[in-house]
Amino acid sequence: MIPLLLILIPLLSGLAVFLLKDSPASKSLALASSVATLAVSLVAVFSKGELNYDASWLPGLGSRFTLMQDGMGKMLCLLTAISFPVVFTATFKNVYQRQSAFYGLMLLTQAGLLGVFLAADALLFYFFWELALIPVYFLSSIWGGEKRIAVTFKFFVYTFIGSLLMLVGILLVYAQTADHSFALQSFYKVKLDAHYQNGIFALFFIAFAIKMPIFPFHTWQPDAYEQSPTAVTMILSGVMVKMGIFAIIRWLLPMVPAGVQAHSMFVVILSVIGMIYASLLAIRQDDIKRLIAYSSIAHIGLMCAAIFVQNQIGLEGVMIQMFNHGINVIGLWIVADVIEQQLGTRKFSELGGLAQKAPVLAILFVVMALANVALPLTNSFIGEFLMFNGLFRFNIWIAAVAGISIILAAVYTLNMIQKIFYGNTVDKTLGAVEVSANVQLVLSLLVVMVLVLGVFPQPMINLTKDTVSAIFANR
Amino acid sequence: MNAIIVSALLGVVMMFSGIVLKNKSLLKYVATGGLLILILANLMQTYGWYTVNVNSHDLLRFSKFGLFFNTIAFAATFLYLILSGKDIEHTGIYPAEYFALIFFVLCGVSIMSSFNGLLMLFLGIEIMSIPLYILTGADKKNLKSNEASLKYFLMGAFSTGIMLLGITLIYGATGSFLLGAQSAINSAAASGAPPRASYLQIAGIILLFVSMSFKVSAAPFHFWTPDVYDGAPSVFTSFMATVVKAAGFFAFIRLFEGQTEILGPTWKILISFVIIATLLVGNITAVFQQSVKRMLAYSSIAQAGFMLFAIYSANDLAKEGILLYATAYSLATIGVFAVLIKMKDYTLDGFNGLAKTEPVLALTTTICLLSLSGIPLTAGFFAKYYMLASMVKAGGAVWLVIVAVIFAAVSVYYYFRVIQSMYFKDGVAETSEITGGFKIGLIFVAALIVLFGLLPSLLLNYFYF
Repeated sequence: MIPLLLILIPLLSGLAVFLLKDSPASKSLALASSVATLAVSLVAVFSKGELNYDASWLPGLGSRFTLMQDGMGKMLCLLTAISFPVVFTATFKNVYQRQSAFYGLMLLTQAGLLGVFLAADALLFYFFWELALIPVYFLSSIWGGEKRIAVTFKFFVYTFIGSLLMLVGILLVYAQTADHSFALQSFYKVKLDAHYQNGIFALFFIAFAIKMPIFPFHTWQPDAYEQSPTAVTMILSGVMVKMGIFAIIRWLLPMVPAGVQAHSMFVVILSVIGMIYASLLAIRQDDIKRLIAYSSIAHIGLMCAAIFVQNQIGLEGVMIQMFNHGINVIGLWIVADVIEQQLGTRKFSELGGLAQKAPVLAILFVVMALANVALPLTNSFIGEFLMFNGLFRFNIWIAAVAGISIILAAVYTLNMIQKIFYGNTVDKTLGAVEVSANVQLVLSLLVVMVLVLGVFPQPMINLTKDTVSAIFANR
Repeated sequence: MNAIIVSALLGVVMMFSGIVLKNKSLLKYVATGGLLILILANLMQTYGWYTVNVNSHDLLRFSKFGLFFNTIAFAATFLYLILSGKDIEHTGIYPAEYFALIFFVLCGVSIMSSFNGLLMLFLGIEIMSIPLYILTGADKKNLKSNEASLKYFLMGAFSTGIMLLGITLIYGATGSFLLGAQSAINSAAASGAPPRASYLQIAGIILLFVSMSFKVSAAPFHFWTPDVYDGAPSVFTSFMATVVKAAGFFAFIRLFEGQTEILGPTWKILISFVIIATLLVGNITAVFQQSVKRMLAYSSIAQAGFMLFAIYSANDLAKEGILLYATAYSLATIGVFAVLIKMKDYTLDGFNGLAKTEPVLALTTTICLLSLSGIPLTAGFFAKYYMLASMVKAGGAVWLVIVAVIFAAVSVYYYFRVIQSMYFKDGVAETSEITGGFKIGLIFVAALIVLFGLLPSLLLNYFYF
């Protein structure tokens, strides 16, 4: 029942918010709904074992409305459920035209995301995969920046091509299942020969690689992050990119082990190229949003590589890093949004000395930024350590090259801190004031999470242990 | 038999009601009521309550499949009349005749869904086509409409000639007009020696294939489609692009079911070529259109490419799929055209800002367009899904499926341009007067699309009992 509630709360409240006709109540209702979802997802985290829900849907096709929440599902649902109230609170003062539509679409996005993380039926999974995309398309195209229409459309078409290829893959596997069913377990049980597995792998991987995104499928991402309204960007980079990583772990790894094995070197090398490439680009950026976007590509690249090295320690690292990256990147976006809203610019060349005007913001931001560099004591350290460990066991040389990205991350992140917060104040930052209480509250909460998970990550590792061991038990 | 007789009678009734009724605006109510009677008559036969029996010497054969298709076609026409009935009145000076012609088209449709002999197929196609030639030219003062009508007629006559030649050759080879006869002869031959058909028969089948491809506007026989769809009054384009096209496909699939072994592996090459050409021409050309009406004409070619998969795979899934596809495609296209007719400006820019001036129209059009592009949660997704699934089930042509989904992604480009105009661009979209009833009709169509997108089994279950 809990998995069903997780989808129904945002879905129904999202539809209800649409009907509010631009009343300011839509904002409060959206916040209340997202808090309710958070409460339910906390219940899920603290309940033992797998949570399931099953109902009849399309008997003729062999597809059922099956939801399954294991450790990874609980963790990602928790991330989604935390993100939305955080985003709503941090951007509470932002004014949107047609706000009921904005908040309605946001909640529908949440329903789609939660559905992706919960679905245990391939066709249902595909449904939610698309359902998460459509509201985002409208959100970014209506409320985004100047070039929003073209950029968002590029994003949409990219991911749509990927999804359609995935649909072909799903159909091909479905045709091979013994009981003609789309159920996750039937997909796991299906025995495909190696040649077939390679084809299936390619169809699924392209979809997930576009979503994550992995070099060279990443070109939609910096533009989309830059042009989307920041509240949407937070969801895109904090939660939505996890769809790709999640889908690889949930669907691809157990379904086509031979295909994964055959391509692991290829994908790891692609990911590492992407990490270095994105880090170098991040150094050259003059825009906060674009810098965070490229840094995000680098981090996702590491996670993808750590999945494909296929050892337990790497995968454990991916699990906790999925959560931590979501928290950190949302924190960074909040600061970017605050700066843009207050000063009207995102360019480093027009910023400086903000720490004198807003010391609290500076402190909170520096902690978030250090977490982005994966300094010890912050949450990312554990995840990255485990992932590099996994990479090291796979191939020392690749691990060494990938390690360069840590240095590069420090370069661009520290450079960003310095240019925004230190140095002399310039024209634009002269009039800056301390940020409002709601932003301080949200950022402090995130900082507390960063530090707590940085020194005490064991609960997160325990939570996702069942998924990790299940994947390696089946081989 | 019920549907054929009742639709022909209703056509005559509509003609005379034009003389009897002085108030022209009553005509559409008569037509709508007539359609309800027609649907009822068809349902009576479907469920075996009452059937008019006429001995057709096996030239007509009524199956659940065909009767169910009739219901879909009539229901689509019903929705079409509810949404666009008023606009039919405003098209020309003889509204009663237009309604009568629509019923004659439906008569042709019901023959095409139940033919068992090639002669009946020919009759059905002619009964369906000739009223369409007139409807295309209904806007008598408009040169484009006249041009379209003449073009349609000439090209139609040409393809009919090809079809007749094909039928003649097949008759010469097999000595029978009946559908099953050819394959029976073939299998008799197959019992001893490897199956071999005479060259006459093969030539005949290929000619039939060409003329049917023409009717469903499959490339490279599609050239008439954009001009005719664009030139015809929009109300009738809507009808042509939906009910008529679906009927063409239905006859196509019935005609070629079980015929294709005769052609051997050549058949797969032939149909693959036509599918790819159709998808390519329809999708790529639609991308460059500035007029929404012309874009929809090309999109109908592109959708035909997808429906051709049913003819390639020709299995159970394909049969269910073509019913679902016909429904999904008709609903969505009727919805989009109903809105298009109300627009003052048919170009993409004419739709700018529609979401602000007419939010209901914009929302329902969006749902229809999402369905046409095959996004989940709409009927169009399952329509495409069934086509792809039937291909996968038939096996062997995964590359064709991948090509198809790439073109499906291309189709998103032009469908979404309309959405972009309505929602993301500023402007004042001018429409003619929108009544509350029209909005309710549109919402009903959109609700049906979403309903079938969630539970396609609601529709398909009727097929099995």
